[in-house]
Amino acid sequence: MRSHHDMGGLPAGRCERDEHDYEQWEKRVDALMMLLSGRKPDLMKVDELRRNIEALGPAAYDSMGYYERWMHAIAQTLIQRGVISIDELGRKLAELEARDGAA
Amino acid sequence: MARREAVPPRFAAGDRVRVRRADPPGHVRTPWYCRGRVGTIERLCGAFPNPEELAYNRSGLPAQPLYRVRFAATELWPDYREHPGDAVEIEIYQHWLEAAP
Repeated sequence: MRSHHDMGGLPAGRCERDEHDYEQWEKRVDALMMLLSGRKPDLMKVDELRRNIEALGPAAYDSMGYYERWMHAIAQTLIQRGVISIDELGRKLAELEARDGAA
Repeated sequence: MARREAVPPRFAAGDRVRVRRADPPGHVRTPWYCRGRVGTIERLCGAFPNPEELAYNRSGLPAQPLYRVRFAATELWPDYREHPGDAVEIEIYQHWLEAAP
């Protein structure tokens, strides 16, 4: 079955050609990926990033932005590699949500 | 990368090849729309660790030859009529290709 991300050749509508600036957090996600994949031994590979992005369901894939997908895939890979624990990530997310007053 | 760790190339420029109609899980770089289609080897691009294996943090060795394969647009999309001479070139790893008559 065709995976949702593999949409080459399908009708896509108009292409957005405008330039745009990146948000600070987007630059940080990009830098994080470079730091994790550029060291030896690496902590993740770009192919692992892609596998975890491509594993997203259609609804999640379409609702997330480009760097949101990266962020999701980096977290998944670091859990799969044993670099971070699930509980560690959960606690840090809760800490940040409390700090920022998120729901 | 050491040459001995690469699979030898089976195809040369001008060879006709068919893309395997396979559907493995994980990270696959062979686009869906060219699977099962026939194209022509345009050139060999080198040999690279198999990204399908790298996606699971394995070595991807021996490296797989990677080819630029040229497809007629009408082979990929039979109802494509606007510019019948158009072609699409896709980079495809050797383990996805079979010799085509």
